[in-house]
Amino acid sequence: MIEKIVIQKRPQVRKTAVQFVLSPLFNDLYMANLLKITNLHAVVENKEILKGINLEVNKGEIHAIMGPNGSGKSTLASVLAGNPKFEVTRGSVTFNGKELLDMDPADRAKEGIFLSFQYPIEIPGVSMVNFMRAALNEQRKYRGEEQISASNFLKLMRDKRELLGIDSQLVSRSVNEGFSGGEKKRNEIFQMAMLDPTLAILDETDSGLDIDALRIVASGVNALHRPEKATLVITHYQRLLDYIQPDVVHVLYNGKIIKTGGPDLALELEERGYDWLVNP
Amino acid sequence: MMIEQQYIDLFNDYRSEIDANSVAGLNRHRDAAFEAFCRLGFPTSKLEDYKHSDLSRAFDGDLGLNLRNIPIPVDPYEAFKCDVPNLNTNVYFLINDRFYANGHQQAPLPDGVFVGSLQRFSETHPDIFNKHYAKIGDCSANGVVAYNTMFAQDGFVIYVPENVTVDKPLQLINILRGGVDLNVNRRILVIAEKNAHVKLLVCDHTVDEVEFVVTQVAEIVAGRDAQVDFYELEENSVKVKLLNNVFAEQAENSNVTVSTITLHNGFTRNNYRFRLLGEHAEAHIGGLAICDKEQHIDNYAFLEHAVPNCHSNELFKYALQERSTGVFCGRILVDKGAQKTLAYQNNKNLITSEEARIFSKPQLEIYADDVKCSHGLTTGQIDQDALFYLQARGIPEEEARMLLMVAFTQDVVDLVRIEMLQDRLIQLINKRFRGELMRCGNCEVCK
Repeated sequence: MIEKIVIQKRPQVRKTAVQFVLSPLFNDLYMANLLKITNLHAVVENKEILKGINLEVNKGEIHAIMGPNGSGKSTLASVLAGNPKFEVTRGSVTFNGKELLDMDPADRAKEGIFLSFQYPIEIPGVSMVNFMRAALNEQRKYRGEEQISASNFLKLMRDKRELLGIDSQLVSRSVNEGFSGGEKKRNEIFQMAMLDPTLAILDETDSGLDIDALRIVASGVNALHRPEKATLVITHYQRLLDYIQPDVVHVLYNGKIIKTGGPDLALELEERGYDWLVNP
Repeated sequence: MMIEQQYIDLFNDYRSEIDANSVAGLNRHRDAAFEAFCRLGFPTSKLEDYKHSDLSRAFDGDLGLNLRNIPIPVDPYEAFKCDVPNLNTNVYFLINDRFYANGHQQAPLPDGVFVGSLQRFSETHPDIFNKHYAKIGDCSANGVVAYNTMFAQDGFVIYVPENVTVDKPLQLINILRGGVDLNVNRRILVIAEKNAHVKLLVCDHTVDEVEFVVTQVAEIVAGRDAQVDFYELEENSVKVKLLNNVFAEQAENSNVTVSTITLHNGFTRNNYRFRLLGEHAEAHIGGLAICDKEQHIDNYAFLEHAVPNCHSNELFKYALQERSTGVFCGRILVDKGAQKTLAYQNNKNLITSEEARIFSKPQLEIYADDVKCSHGLTTGQIDQDALFYLQARGIPEEEARMLLMVAFTQDVVDLVRIEMLQDRLIQLINKRFRGELMRCGNCEVCK
């Protein structure tokens, strides 16, 4: 028996007042695509996973990508972050007007892309503190800023730790080493908070989180969201979208986006599954 | 015995000069050592334990020996700045195989402690010297040890009597100097009596660009409840062949930690021979080698649990680049009566080039039936997932590789029980991977 879940629709607060006040021309510029994916094809081990993705994400928007297992959601996230395991065979991706596919993973990160990993990697011997300091300073260097001072860095660590409810013990350890599943996911959002990216890609950040941790992570993501930024949320479940409200919901199936809609689409998927879309 | 013959002749021809420039305590052992050497010769690759490291070849050149103790004109305190400074240690020098006697004023040591020249120690403490010198460093089974004992004329000794703790770590800096290709035969003797505590850091440096063939025999005697830390840091030139033998014998409840960090070398063979002879003794052996070019590093550890309830732990890690070669053999022998033994061995290797090679052989011989023994061996490349993870945060690939390579060495550094030395080692390892660790980078003599 399927239990019906009644979910209250949350008011849309995404559009900022400024967008409606400014002249149409400026508004167009302002609304320019942050991310534009055109006919993206990608293969892994000679198997085509992405078969022509088209997607535009504007500043200020939150997009959710849903879809059944094996549809290519995580591949899309990996390709955007530049994972060398995946080979792009066709198509283009522009980010802030720059061709993303020409950049190595580190440069993409410096341009403002952040991937919250579905399975964060354990790196024994690299402390969280050194890792974050190195990453932050690389990004600052790229933007022509000075290295962060030791005291400012520690303060930033503390602030962001508190935002995500992360124990101070955790950041004094090696990267993800011995972290529980939930701690790893929380640590991803902690890193996101530290690096403050323009485009955050959350790859099943909700999986492995209990309901309290999910709330903390979601509120962290919401707190970091601002009109000039965008978020791509990859998830299986409506649950996360209760907390992180998307503007646009896409359904990815067999390497293509087969349906795009508003927040209601996620609710409909929760109720009806994917079958009605896959086998209409 | 072709290669050995010239050394046999040399020994016979110069025996009186060897003796005249040493002391009775050392001279006493030469005959037995000579007999053993004539029988054993240098180990060749025909022996299973030397399969990948033919030591006889090291001696197949025209090497000088400074048997007449001609002084080497250098004041190491003035000339030499070690890579591990400011450790707040008492610093001592061996120039080639001789103790540098013109020592500067050192911080006073606790009463009864002797640190200094082996020659002098044999005269001031003859009973203790005779009891321990060339005893656990057994000549009869090892041609290199026999050779060393034939020619060794001086060396370095630490003696810590019962219930004495030397708080400050001691530092011995071995300097290789010479105008012609040289053979250097060095001795180290560490005696920690009952409940004595001492920490020693040995740094190896090369000053001159000639070939050096160095044999070293280090004997560590740990009495009941004693604690000995023995760290070696090798930073030799590629022209140095180091044949090192570290022997340790441990009494009841003693704790010995030996860790060798091979930062830069030419050809190195480290033999470790540990015997746990008293119950509840604990031995920790660590080894880290970072090699590139044609560097060769061979660690052979033979650890014997002779009695019950002892604990041993071995961790050897190799980071091999370019055309370097690593060899590891870890032999653990658990005697029949050594029940409740805990013996762990781990060898991990990171290979970052197509041509680098590692030969690794765990060898556990267990004759007791109630023990916990394990060995682990992994060899691999840089973890691509970890590399991508770091890059995805904005760390460039080269930098990410560095972080991962340094991280690989972390747990060996963690074995070192001098905190300041740990920090310094991490810095040096960092520099080494970045190619910034110049041979004698801080050495005034080279400039």
